[in-house]
Amino acid sequence: MSSALELKLGTRWKKPPFITDAKLRWALLIGSVIYLILAFASLEINWARVYEGLERGWRFIMAFSQPDFTSRANDIREGMIESVIMTVTSTIVGIAISIPVALGAARNIAPMPIYLVCRFVISISRALNEIIVAILFVAIFGFGPLAGFLTLSFATIGFLAKLLAEDIEDMNKSQAEAIRATGASWMQWINYGVQPQVMPRLIGLSIYRLDINFRESAVLGLVGAGGIGATLNTAFDRYEFGTVAAILIIIIVVVMALEYISGLIRARIK
Amino acid sequence: MLKLEKLTKVYKTGDKALSDVDLEVPQGQVIALIGPSGAGKSTLIRCINRLVDPTSGRVILKGVDLTGLGARRLRRERRRMGMIFQEYALVERLTVMENVLSGRLGYVGFLRSFFRKFPQSDIDEAFRLLDRVGLLHMADKRADELSGGQRQRVGICRALIQDPALLLVDEPTASLDPKTSREIMRLIVEMCRERDLAAIINIHDVNLAKMFVQRVVGLESGRIIFDGAPEELVPEVLTQIYGEEDWEATIETVDEDDDEEADA
Amino acid sequence: MPTSTKANGVKAWQLRDRKGQLLNWAMWMGTAIIFYVSWMKISDQTTWFFVYDAPRIAADISNRAFPPRWEYVLQLGKPVWDTLNIATLGTIFALIMAVPVAFLAAQNTTPSKIFVRPLALLIIVSTRSVNSLIWALLLVSIVGPGVFAGLIAISIRSIGFCAKLLYEAIEEIDETQVEAIRATGASGWQVMVYGIVPQILPAFAGIAVFRWDINIRESTVLGLVGAGGIGLQLQSSLNVLAWPQVSLILLVILVAVVIGEYVSAKVRGAII
Repeated sequence: MSSALELKLGTRWKKPPFITDAKLRWALLIGSVIYLILAFASLEINWARVYEGLERGWRFIMAFSQPDFTSRANDIREGMIESVIMTVTSTIVGIAISIPVALGAARNIAPMPIYLVCRFVISISRALNEIIVAILFVAIFGFGPLAGFLTLSFATIGFLAKLLAEDIEDMNKSQAEAIRATGASWMQWINYGVQPQVMPRLIGLSIYRLDINFRESAVLGLVGAGGIGATLNTAFDRYEFGTVAAILIIIIVVVMALEYISGLIRARIK
Repeated sequence: MLKLEKLTKVYKTGDKALSDVDLEVPQGQVIALIGPSGAGKSTLIRCINRLVDPTSGRVILKGVDLTGLGARRLRRERRRMGMIFQEYALVERLTVMENVLSGRLGYVGFLRSFFRKFPQSDIDEAFRLLDRVGLLHMADKRADELSGGQRQRVGICRALIQDPALLLVDEPTASLDPKTSREIMRLIVEMCRERDLAAIINIHDVNLAKMFVQRVVGLESGRIIFDGAPEELVPEVLTQIYGEEDWEATIETVDEDDDEEADA
Repeated sequence: MPTSTKANGVKAWQLRDRKGQLLNWAMWMGTAIIFYVSWMKISDQTTWFFVYDAPRIAADISNRAFPPRWEYVLQLGKPVWDTLNIATLGTIFALIMAVPVAFLAAQNTTPSKIFVRPLALLIIVSTRSVNSLIWALLLVSIVGPGVFAGLIAISIRSIGFCAKLLYEAIEEIDETQVEAIRATGASGWQVMVYGIVPQILPAFAGIAVFRWDINIRESTVLGLVGAGGIGLQLQSSLNVLAWPQVSLILLVILVAVVIGEYVSAKVRGAII
């Protein structure tokens, strides 16, 4: 029996704590408890109102058992077509702009000044919520799908260019170098050395973004930027839960279909 | 002590992994189970503690038939069988001590195990075992910080703290270098001798097996085709198990390699 | 190897064979046509007069918006606090509900693949397909306007998101570690706590912080439909065209988002 063992026998054993500094651990714990108490205290829930609303909530849930596709069929159809159109166009334009921005935002390809500009564009696009951008575009360009289209294109750039740029930065250097060594021009180098490496990811991300754009297009209508959101908003205002349920079901089904398709395509690329 | 009667396993895909395996292991005997990949070695030991449910046949441990047991009884019986795995199978993000103590899970209630409040006797035993394998100073390290050989030692501690009657050992040295392999094998065999444990060791390295055990069982396509002392493993028998190969030559070169490693 | 025959009869190498090339062209043409048709539709519904006027309007708005009305920031304390609470408490509630859903949805932990798993997947897909603003709209009409509606909206929206990422993490765990715990005679719950939970804990923490970051962004606009937070102030300022206030609010939102991203990056770095 070793002396180290003799010391340990009979002593209690505790799992070493995740945060080793005891002071910090307690400070964090007490801080979170205080925060939670304050946060809950400031909630101001009107339980009487909530109780009243439960009946309406139940009606909403029941509406899903008999969604009403017919009474506002025209509005729903128009809204959906507009949403789809905005989704498709903004995704195409977004991709087309993201690719050069992504090239510019990849540190291993772009010179410093271009890198900074492109990174700036990306951060602005990511920091601003779609709805806020839509409000501004509606104020500037007027109501309608154009504002929605611009909003989604702008949001697509931030999303796609960031992820694509990261992918380019992670790519295999030796493959790209081999192409450069053949004496290829810059464009040829991108085309043969870089593009094949990032293409599968670009396609995967584009389909994913198509899915996101569709979901977002469903709310832009709330601020007047076109799409199914306006119809949805009206239905809510009139408490027409049957129509609401119908629209939500369509959205969910379309999203599921898109996810299924993107799964198939991604599997084929790999 | 352990008795297998006509043990058969047919997978859903239709592959017959085991057919009518009969085997008896007395108290304290260490058996090496050899055979080519896919012979059913892994399935055999997993059928014993029913990580894989056998299709037919019986597994009798100290008079208890394991094959018909319900979930609760099965868990009680599993405590009597310690298992050591090929890729160590430690829970990588838990500490060494938690990994060892997890061997006592069958003995303590859920809440005690959830709050890591194991009985002091378990904790002392864990320290003793870690000291025995030379890893006491690593007790509070996370398992993924350990080297392969160290991890397998922790795996051995986890199996032994169960206070088992039988050790089921699945390719303990497959991911280790030759020197560490021998150390681990020696440790397992020593531990079995100290505690009078029976053990079934799956192993594909025939020479390593011959070095440490008294009895070798050869499995091929789910059937036992050899059962005897290591000395009886002549080239003809090996050919029967593994297929045609110049056994004398292979054995010699492997031995030379091992000697060089040992010298270094 | 795909080749074609030139006019002079010499075979030339090509990347794609004839069929592949046609398909490739058809795809590009199809995309172009879809884009053109869609664009015409958008164009039809656009009052181009306004668009031509856009630069002037944009300049006009930014003239009015700057400088921001700095003293208004004093009135934004409570709305910012509400926004933070919606995001944080919403994330906590979502996680509490997402964990069981994820375990029911993962192939290797679900009690029943035929009955329970599809139900869990349905919860996941329906909650995450619908934007949090729509959930907010719904909840405002059910429980009335205010922070509570926003909190519940964020929670519901986040359930599907967190549960999806979590169940994918559960499906990727190393089964041999679970097997090893099971072999010791551990009960089902013990296998869960010792074999599965330690393996998914880092993913869980990452998902929590990731979603919290997103929720900070989303909770800033919930007020537009009356569900509490700083969006309420944005809405009322927009209604009276108080552009100096709008620009200040946007600035505050931007700062909040940046801080949120910084905190979540720090925490994620500490965990992993």
